[in-house]
Amino acid sequence: MTYPLSRRACLAGGLSLSLLRPAHAAPATLSFDELYASFSALGLVYSDKVKALTGQPIRMQGFMAPPLKAEAQFFVLTEIPMALCPFCSTDADWPDNILVVYLDRKRTFTPPNQRIEARGVLERGSWTDPETGFVSQLRLRGARYDRA
Amino acid sequence: MRKLSAALAASTMLTGFALSATAAEIYPLDRATILAGSPFDFKVELEGVAPQDAVSVLVNGKPYAEALGKPAEYVAEEKDEDGAIMGSALILRGVTLAEPGRYTVEVKAGDQSRSATWEVYGTATAPKARNVIFIVGDGLSVAHRTAARIMSKGMTGGKANGRLAMDDLDHMAFIGTSSTHSIATDSANTMSAYMTGHKARVNALGVYADRTPDSQDDPRVETIAEALRRTTEKSIGIVSTAELEDATPAALVAHTRKRGDKEDIVGMIHDVQPEVILGGGSAYFLKSDVPGSKRKDDKDYVQMFRDAGYAVASTGAELKAAAGSNSGKILGLFHTGNMDTWLDRNQLKKGTVEKFPDQPGLVDMTQAALDQLSKNPEGFFLMVEGASIDKMSHPLDWDRAVVETIELDQAVALARDFAARNPDTLVVVTGDHTHGVSLIGTLDRSTAPDSDMRERVKVYDDAGFPDYADADRDGYPDSVDVKHPLAIFASNYPDYYETFGPKLDNPFTPAIQAQDGVYVANEAYKDVPGAVLRQGNLPRENDTAVHAVDDIVLQATGPGAEAFKGYMEQSDVYKVLADAFALGTVQKQQAAQN
Repeated sequence: MTYPLSRRACLAGGLSLSLLRPAHAAPATLSFDELYASFSALGLVYSDKVKALTGQPIRMQGFMAPPLKAEAQFFVLTEIPMALCPFCSTDADWPDNILVVYLDRKRTFTPPNQRIEARGVLERGSWTDPETGFVSQLRLRGARYDRA
Repeated sequence: MRKLSAALAASTMLTGFALSATAAEIYPLDRATILAGSPFDFKVELEGVAPQDAVSVLVNGKPYAEALGKPAEYVAEEKDEDGAIMGSALILRGVTLAEPGRYTVEVKAGDQSRSATWEVYGTATAPKARNVIFIVGDGLSVAHRTAARIMSKGMTGGKANGRLAMDDLDHMAFIGTSSTHSIATDSANTMSAYMTGHKARVNALGVYADRTPDSQDDPRVETIAEALRRTTEKSIGIVSTAELEDATPAALVAHTRKRGDKEDIVGMIHDVQPEVILGGGSAYFLKSDVPGSKRKDDKDYVQMFRDAGYAVASTGAELKAAAGSNSGKILGLFHTGNMDTWLDRNQLKKGTVEKFPDQPGLVDMTQAALDQLSKNPEGFFLMVEGASIDKMSHPLDWDRAVVETIELDQAVALARDFAARNPDTLVVVTGDHTHGVSLIGTLDRSTAPDSDMRERVKVYDDAGFPDYADADRDGYPDSVDVKHPLAIFASNYPDYYETFGPKLDNPFTPAIQAQDGVYVANEAYKDVPGAVLRQGNLPRENDTAVHAVDDIVLQATGPGAEAFKGYMEQSDVYKVLADAFALGTVQKQQAAQN
């Protein structure tokens, strides 16, 4: 999957490249506070911003919950570092506001106290990971991440 | 016969199968106590493969099929997760033993043998109680109660200025909470023992944990909700501040080796259809395409409960409306996950209160449940769980845990009021397990925290009394942010930053997971004034403080309560409930005839 370079990646790639790309090409930012327009026990409602950005490249900051394997294709981005490990413990569960990040290639883990920024194409709708059975509602596809 | 078995064993060994000398296993386990007439699954697990005709199973000296009424299914090869053969098994589902007494099961196969003796108990033929209100403070330990009493009522001259509602329940017992495979314990096996009369393994509900990987094929035992449906016309209520499919509420209805089977547990709640179901955890009731759902399938349990005649409420206001309706059945789902604590809902406005601003409290839910259930002239069984005593004790958030205990006590007060008006009501108040928590004195926070906060921990004579105020006389402290709060510490913890005071921001998150499943101190608290890094004393894979193995104090009042005394196993508590309701006698037909 092709993916427009973020400003950070552009800077890393060199000045000449960044000059070639207009500033407005940087993906829109999305925050955990902006995911839902309303909350109800009978269902959450996505915000207009999430609806508008679905299918678009975005960037979002958060913390990487420990993945199932040290080298993983996907991880869970959370608003605050996870105090529990739902992957490892049958009595732990995920918060409502998570974003599942499917990486464009397998990566190793970041330190738990490290805030990161993930970039990828926003996808929404129920999806069960065929390999792990993990269900997600909001995802980034073709994603990369860096320290925030 | 023995010679023949030995010969068979020898021959099977030669052909690549082995009968090991280690013992077989029998479920229910040795020393199980079983309510007369209550269905249970009987299973024999053999080490290694044994031909069916080489297996001898006697019950009180008779062939088992005669004693138990039917032959078992023979499984030649039970396999582990990797497909390796563990051995043969016999499984007989839905056995009932009507006659009280001792039943000794003897299993022989080749050179392995095992025996187990069960006690089948009857009950009084006539019920002593029409209603039972069973109130569980999840993780409720002695320190929570002492701290709640002091925080809520105050203390002068070494005497409490008031009493908790639970302080005046007149019968009590110490309860042993250990599980079938360990002295240690969790909310699944503990509540399951209360609600089935059988001890269980950690993480297991309504089953004896067997060796097969499938979490829902384990030998089942009857839950109290199933027993009530089988023998009575009573109504059933479940109230919890946790997810309704969490271990404690699930124990009334569930059969699984794995409490994490939450999606399936919702289906098990639907199978039993308790008349009142109030709590959190809607994420597992919503079909998978609804944002917030955690289901993998398209089952819409909210609609399925509506179709079954339930009024559905999702806020405190809707609960009031539903309680006033004549639907007879209420499903209240007030949060996608666990509900917020009293302190967050009412004072701090932290946690997820902004997202779910109108969550009813435990007292509101208990009142709605009592109003609804008491309409049934046959009576009811109501389980009320204050879940966040535990959920806040794990992360060492003592102020939230203690205020949750005060809220639980106000639900106890409601139950006692109800029992005073309806004296045929048994009220039981207990925890499911304890935490390693102690109240040791007070903290001096009269000036800004400094770098040596441990010198501000006031002990012995220096502790004095805390300075919580309750100007509005609602039983809750007006604020937990006082100059001399209670000093409460845990006996066990991961690496964390101790901040020596109430957690006024979000609920405390002491440790977070690093690589390889190891937990490290959460650096979010590193710069809190006075915070110090405390090196954990738990294995590094533990995210938060663990449950203690210490006994639970159970208290009760009303008809049947006199049976609670001394030391009792958690499974024995079920016997008292069964006897109070006379569950050894089917009363349903009588009700139909009347």
